[in-house]
Amino acid sequence: MSANTLLAAEKVEKRFSGVVAVDGIDLAIAENEFFALLGPSGCGKTTLLRMIAGFETPTAGHLTLDGKDITTVPPNRRPVNLMFQSYALFPHMSVEANVAYGLEAEGRPRDEIRRRVGEVLELTVLGELAKRRPHELSGGQRQRVALARALVKKPRLLLLDEPLSALDRRLREQMQLELKRMRHEVGITFVVVTHDQEEALVMADRIAVLDRGRIAQLGSPRDLYDRPENRFTARFLGQMNFLEGRLGPDGLTVDGLGLVRGVRPAGATDATSIGCAAFRPERVEIGDVATAGNSLSGTVEAIAYHGNSQSLIVRLDGAGGTRIAVSRSSTAADVRPVASGEAVRLTVPPEHVRLLAGGPDTSAAASAEADAH
Amino acid sequence: MTSPRLSRTILMAPGLGWLALFLLVPCLLVFFNAFYERGIYGGVDYDAFTTENFARLIDPLYVEVFLGSARIALITTVLAVLIGYPAAYAITLASPGAQTRLLILAMLPFWTNYLIRTYAWMVLLNRTGLINAGLIDAGVITEPLPLLYNEFAVILGLVYSYVPFVILAAYASLARLDRSLIEASADLGASGARTFLKVVLPLTLPGVAAGSVFVFVLSIGNFITPDLLGGGHVQMLGNLIYDQFLTARDWPFGAALSMLLIAVMMVLLFTQAVVVHRASARSGGRA
Repeated sequence: MSANTLLAAEKVEKRFSGVVAVDGIDLAIAENEFFALLGPSGCGKTTLLRMIAGFETPTAGHLTLDGKDITTVPPNRRPVNLMFQSYALFPHMSVEANVAYGLEAEGRPRDEIRRRVGEVLELTVLGELAKRRPHELSGGQRQRVALARALVKKPRLLLLDEPLSALDRRLREQMQLELKRMRHEVGITFVVVTHDQEEALVMADRIAVLDRGRIAQLGSPRDLYDRPENRFTARFLGQMNFLEGRLGPDGLTVDGLGLVRGVRPAGATDATSIGCAAFRPERVEIGDVATAGNSLSGTVEAIAYHGNSQSLIVRLDGAGGTRIAVSRSSTAADVRPVASGEAVRLTVPPEHVRLLAGGPDTSAAASAEADAH
Repeated sequence: MTSPRLSRTILMAPGLGWLALFLLVPCLLVFFNAFYERGIYGGVDYDAFTTENFARLIDPLYVEVFLGSARIALITTVLAVLIGYPAAYAITLASPGAQTRLLILAMLPFWTNYLIRTYAWMVLLNRTGLINAGLIDAGVITEPLPLLYNEFAVILGLVYSYVPFVILAAYASLARLDRSLIEASADLGASGARTFLKVVLPLTLPGVAAGSVFVFVLSIGNFITPDLLGGGHVQMLGNLIYDQFLTARDWPFGAALSMLLIAVMMVLLFTQAVVVHRASARSGGRA
């Protein structure tokens, strides 16, 4: 644990009538960090968030904030605020009164309340809506009121539960950057809970990927995307191709393809076992480009045009006819056009292939995939 | 093929017909009877039109009965809300299965006849009843307490009877209250008391209003409880009307008193409708 750790979780566990929701999580969130808890529904991320906010008490383990144990401190005595997924705005109060509520509860002087409410309404661009009631606002405006109401308290830690899930796509993309800007401006540590991997990748400094109550992997967005350490993380973030086979000291042996070379995660044991090769669609190149690359061949089954990029579905010769996705920029597609039904040769550089242990866990992977979309 | 409008009319017809025949017609009969003189041998003399019956309503004797009834009904309402609302709140905190069981428990008294329940109170409260006998045996008191045949007994009986209505009305409001609002209030630093006063109570006021009007209207018109538990010492509007029809045989004046009672109820029901409408308007129809 480093010196500037703000929130620490030590072996935090939560059971609901015997069912484990959070299964012994250790976590250290640094001061001024934008941290994301990412996972499918039922992974325990919301339970963990509610324990940090104080709405649930851990069955075991400890939570400390600024080095002080807050495990059993009630929510109204924690310097932590939560922005609810439903926003939970008070319907009988104006925007202004909603934002002032938390300061009135603290018993702040009236002048200070008016000043701080004014400041935060300006920061969240709500000044003109101060007298409106929540039902007179759009979804995006309500979201900003919920944010203002939490920010005005100047908490040590702001928790955001699926903050953007109720907004439409365009507004969501805009608010991702907006939240990042505001976090920087107010200098408050943010912890966001989301099932949307793109949201986590765009906003967070660090991400903890949660799977069935445990942290599957923790790292920067780049770490998680480029260097997944297990199947769950590999499948949950972005699009990934998998080739199934047997892991050996030199690489993965795949039926009908031979040896696929790649990188083992740090600390992985070299014992022979079943495993997979995972690589991103955008790392696959068409044609024999790199001499040192893994060489594959197959037939183009479908082509989809996305404007700035093009994606192909290729059915491999060997590997039991596994289909893989190949993505390339539209400019590359112009240089070397490919038609549906055409036989192609593909190259995957070994440095972009992750060799991961374990067999395909269909149930967890399928639910992760369903939730990611 | 039936249009939605037609099928709606057909569905409503039995209910509307029932109300028209057994509510509207009797009310109109009572209304018209109030404008005639009483017959010499009881009944109504339809040849003698008069407004005298309404003038008699402001006789101090009757004004006093009316104010006394209103006071008893008001005290009953306040007590019933103070008991019923917290109970309803406690029920909403229970698990869904337990909520159903607790609501059934709250309604259980209605499975027994109202008269029998009122007589049961007489057994409990009289000078040699269970309460007095128990307290004397325990040495707490030496003389029996005057628990029966007074205003205390009447209010106790009314509160006992109508608390379930408050519980149901308040529960309906409280159950619809978004739990995350309570959590949000705590999260923003509010104590339990503050959360209740600033969030829970304002948002469930329509339920409280509905329950209150119900209790007040039923109490002010009640004549069985004042008669049995008041033992003739507590005269309420309901008793007065009862006496005019069945003892004094002055139907026209009884009708005028009834119109007064109906007018009070209508004013209260209208006020309650306004409260509910305002509450739902300011929260975007979600109250």
